Amino acid sequence: MNRDLRILIVEPDPDRVHGIITALTDAGWSDVRALAQISALGRIVQEFVPDIVLIDLANPDRDTLEHISFATETSKRAVALFVDQTDETLTQAALNAGVSAYVVDGLQMDRIKSVLETAIARFKVMRHMQSELDAAKQALEDRKTIDRAKGILMRQRSISEDDAYTLLRKTAMRQNRKVIDVAHALVTASDLLS
Amino acid sequence: MSATVLNCGYVPLVDCAPLVIAKELGFAAEEGLVLNLIMQPSWSALRDMLALGHLDAAHILSPMPVAMSMGLGGLPARIDTLMVLSVNGTIFGVSNTVAETLSGVPFGDPAALLAALTRNGPRPLRVGVPFHHSMHRLLLSYWTATVPGLVVEEITIPPPRMADAVADGFVDAFWVGEPWGSVAVQQNVGRIMMTGADVWNFAPEKVLAARHDWVEQNGDTTRRLMRAVYQAAAWLDVPKNRTLAVEILARSEHLSMSPDLIDPALSGQITPGRGVAPKPVDRFVQFHKHAASFPWRSQAAWIANQLGAGEAGLAKAKSCFRSDLYRQNLEGIGADMPGASEKVEGALKFETAVSSTRGHMILAPDAFFDGRTFDFPLPDC
Repeated sequence: MNRDLRILIVEPDPDRVHGIITALTDAGWSDVRALAQISALGRIVQEFVPDIVLIDLANPDRDTLEHISFATETSKRAVALFVDQTDETLTQAALNAGVSAYVVDGLQMDRIKSVLETAIARFKVMRHMQSELDAAKQALEDRKTIDRAKGILMRQRSISEDDAYTLLRKTAMRQNRKVIDVAHALVTASDLLS
Repeated sequence: MSATVLNCGYVPLVDCAPLVIAKELGFAAEEGLVLNLIMQPSWSALRDMLALGHLDAAHILSPMPVAMSMGLGGLPARIDTLMVLSVNGTIFGVSNTVAETLSGVPFGDPAALLAALTRNGPRPLRVGVPFHHSMHRLLLSYWTATVPGLVVEEITIPPPRMADAVADGFVDAFWVGEPWGSVAVQQNVGRIMMTGADVWNFAPEKVLAARHDWVEQNGDTTRRLMRAVYQAAAWLDVPKNRTLAVEILARSEHLSMSPDLIDPALSGQITPGRGVAPKPVDRFVQFHKHAASFPWRSQAAWIANQLGAGEAGLAKAKSCFRSDLYRQNLEGIGADMPGASEKVEGALKFETAVSSTRGHMILAPDAFFDGRTFDFPLPDC
């Protein structure tokens, strides 16, 4: 298999970049470059002339990337991978994993397919890790808010911590809301009044 | 009957208001629809999701369905414009440095501004726009192409980062939808020189779009969606609803913005610079009145013409602005319909009464700043 494709990754997070590059080099591609700042993109695209550009589907810089890849006056024109919807499974897999790819027009699908499969696998892992991290962060934030709400109740009503929590929980049940929502409301109200 | 759930994509800007109001005030529910509003991080992402069927409908830049239907851009697809969601609503501003060279240029004077920028402005003039296939970019190109001496470099920047790009000196000027112009002023990095309406008085800005195939297969759902959004747009244009609209939009989880950022667009009170009194702007953003939501085929043709279309492209563009569906689906709820589906764009200098099904239609001025008119008399398709 031909492994001399030039691959450009647009990704601000160094850890993620490292993960993708490792995955790609392990699979045999070595001509991989990463770019964190979109401002240099125009220059990099002209100098490095990538065959494929990989970027997170949710990256807001995609609009800029599209503009640059379409505005550059070369015979080669980058197209979003999804244009080739012949491989529906691959397209959906890429969408679900959250990776979008721009491929220089004219490259054979079978040449990029394996690059993409590697990238998709990597993005999937990263997405999973990210959602776990987000969940953990959120849980911690919620914990803090509930603790503050408990503190407010304990001070205002001179009750124990357990009673404060029971009061929050009962109020939430009665109003058909989540404990965290009630806690939020209490903290906000208390901030406003203090 | 259980409600139909529709996935609707949007980008958090003030002009996604008709979708948010349709959902929050129950206009969608009245039509038996649950609008699942899904925020998109970029226009490219919104386009991909719409074209590949992850979204049923979307709040999208008016040139995008035209470009996609013409086969331009990263992902061509047959996309229909069901109705116009908003007319106007964008601003053109410059960095504080450039503003210093423009003293004496009055607010909202495109010709004077152009002359001053050509005389004193930086070369090239780097202008930030949100997307290549946007009304912002088309108006910028149209406006600046009228003087040969001005060199413009167009730079695509996600709107939430526009103020930073101006502050960092990455761009000299910016053309952006609200609230991002007001944000730049609030952060004291730039000055608003005019609104998009100063270049074209009645420019279709965002549209409600769906895949052509989806529309064909979901005629009834399409009708209900259009009715809900039509009602929401009508509600938004009632002046006494404005305060409540700002409140609902600000509170809604769909637009996390403070009320003072939403208010300038809806009230048409645009503050050009820090410490300057707000300027009242007529029709800064229009959702309903003056047939604002009617998808004129001639608007699509104007867009296609700016995108360099030939006859075939113009015909394709016209057919993707579905004025036929608009008539068919909204007639029953008392919408006033214009007699024609095309007009000579740029011909109206004043508010003008025109023939319509119910006889109450007054069209707003749709003139271009240089007085040009555009007639695309291809056979209607």
